[in-house]
Amino acid sequence: MERKYTKEHEWVTVDGDVATVGVTEYAATELGDVVFLELPEEGSTVDQGAAVGTIETVKSVEDLYCPVSGEIVEVNEAVLDAPELVNQQPLEDGWLFKVQMSEPSQADELLDEGDYASLIGG
Amino acid sequence: MSANVEPRRWGASLEPNLFELGRDGRRATVMPAWDGDPVDVTLPAAYLRTDPCDLPSLSEPEVMRHYTRLSNLNHHIERGMYPLGSCTMKYNPRLNEVVAAMPGFADLHPEQDEEDIQGLLCALNLLQDALCRITGFDACSLVPAAGAQGEFLGMHVIRALHLANGEPHRVEVLIPDSAHGTNPASVVLTGMKPLTIASGVDGRLDPEVVRAAVGPNTAGIMITNPNTLGLFETDIVEVARIVHEAGGRLYMDGANMNAILGKAHPAKMGFDVVHLNLHKTMSTPHGGGGPGAGPICVTAELAPFLPGPTIVEADGVFHLDDHEGECRPAIHAYQGNVGVCLRALAYILRLGGDGLERVAERAVLNANYLLRRVVDEGLLQVDHPDGCLHEFIATGRDWKEAYGVRTLDVAKRLLDYGVHAPTIYFPLIVEEAMMIEPTETESRETLDEFVEILRAVRAEAAADPEILHRAPVHTPVGRMDEARAARQPDLSWLGPCNCG
Repeated sequence: MERKYTKEHEWVTVDGDVATVGVTEYAATELGDVVFLELPEEGSTVDQGAAVGTIETVKSVEDLYCPVSGEIVEVNEAVLDAPELVNQQPLEDGWLFKVQMSEPSQADELLDEGDYASLIGG
Repeated sequence: MSANVEPRRWGASLEPNLFELGRDGRRATVMPAWDGDPVDVTLPAAYLRTDPCDLPSLSEPEVMRHYTRLSNLNHHIERGMYPLGSCTMKYNPRLNEVVAAMPGFADLHPEQDEEDIQGLLCALNLLQDALCRITGFDACSLVPAAGAQGEFLGMHVIRALHLANGEPHRVEVLIPDSAHGTNPASVVLTGMKPLTIASGVDGRLDPEVVRAAVGPNTAGIMITNPNTLGLFETDIVEVARIVHEAGGRLYMDGANMNAILGKAHPAKMGFDVVHLNLHKTMSTPHGGGGPGAGPICVTAELAPFLPGPTIVEADGVFHLDDHEGECRPAIHAYQGNVGVCLRALAYILRLGGDGLERVAERAVLNANYLLRRVVDEGLLQVDHPDGCLHEFIATGRDWKEAYGVRTLDVAKRLLDYGVHAPTIYFPLIVEEAMMIEPTETESRETLDEFVEILRAVRAEAAADPEILHRAPVHTPVGRMDEARAARQPDLSWLGPCNCG
């Protein structure tokens, strides 16, 4: 499954019209150890680019943005209990939430791997 | 007792707590037995203790040694340099302590009658006047117990003004992206809404960005001046005009006031409120969560919204005015942390206006001396290297690229050399930030030594980055698990029987 990226250092994978969202490996490393996460409510409707939660690390608190519009259909309860999963497995078990997309084409317009790599200077 | 002893290196082991050190029945002071008439205890039975209170049992020398050992485990300003940017860790003169401990101040009770506390009220009034002169404002409240509470009160006062003017819709507060994290938090606590605005490429606020962001819902703007990059906001007068024309008010975060004492008045820059961290600028101790003080000074327009009671003087007699019938905020009992205020007053009176001005000059000189040396000698990269005020922000970008060490590693290694680390990873807009503020109380020799320590650490990073990754190794404890400390703070001692 192709992974897409945002300038806010989030990744998105799409299965049907459900998008799974997490933070990138680069962000997980740069932010430092995650100590607390605030994730959106299941069932809430969100717009693309809206701040839907926060990620608190030993260094700072940052907003989490929703890369696509739609309804939050699932949040990862496991990372709420064990925020270190975001540092340990940002691309797998450290995923954050799933969105039932109202405009699936938005996902196609996100950055691809090459664009993101050049964004972070990699 | 078994003789399980070994030579003890200071700080080699962590200190047991007072309960673990104590022995049942031991006392620091033994009170004489009561030989008078029995005392009639009229407290309701529900409030009477049935079991003895669980207090540590130690002798006075045991207590003294315990706290002395603890202070030896710690780094503090009496021990070494503390260039923690934004915190202004200047030396706390002993004279301040002498003044605060005078029985005429220290032995008072806040509920005493006004005529009994005229001396204290006179001193607090003097401090209010001094802070108003330093900032150029009309009224002062000494009540806030910390800088963040001063911020909260300052924004509350602005909110109260808009409400009194029938403009409850004014809730938007502009905050530059270089601001202290407490700024947006204070705004949210007052029920308003923070809006982040980008600082310009030169690290300063661009008036055009402010112009584009203000509107009919603007409540105000919060600006730190000099800002957290250690730069003076040169367009502040223009920014103030724009915000005032939009109906907003200007809050100045006074965290960096040390750089401009006696040189620039926040009021003349166009601000309406400023808070001052007495534990930064006015040399009172930074408590480890203990008492601080963050007084605010305001324009006459905002004075009616300050907390009561306020100190008023009539014919040389001081009176506490409750402002009955007015709606004033209550954020702290009585007049705030009075002992801290007295220390600040002692500092201000001792130095006088000329002395405070020299404080600012020396603070700026020290920071620029360090900036020049670390940049010119290739020890640290600084994005705005041409000059600074009281502090400068280096980036550890080149250390990361060249040696694979991060600012955190550099900071930890500095501890091994006996200096406190600078503030790191703030401001957020600077990659691998290291915020260095030497303050005016460090000598040239101390600054030179800091440069040599940086040179030594850089050489270590080049030769063997692992030295920095493993650091600190000469401190009582090594790398702490900061994530676990934040996630699962263990703050209560439950006694030896619960430790298992």
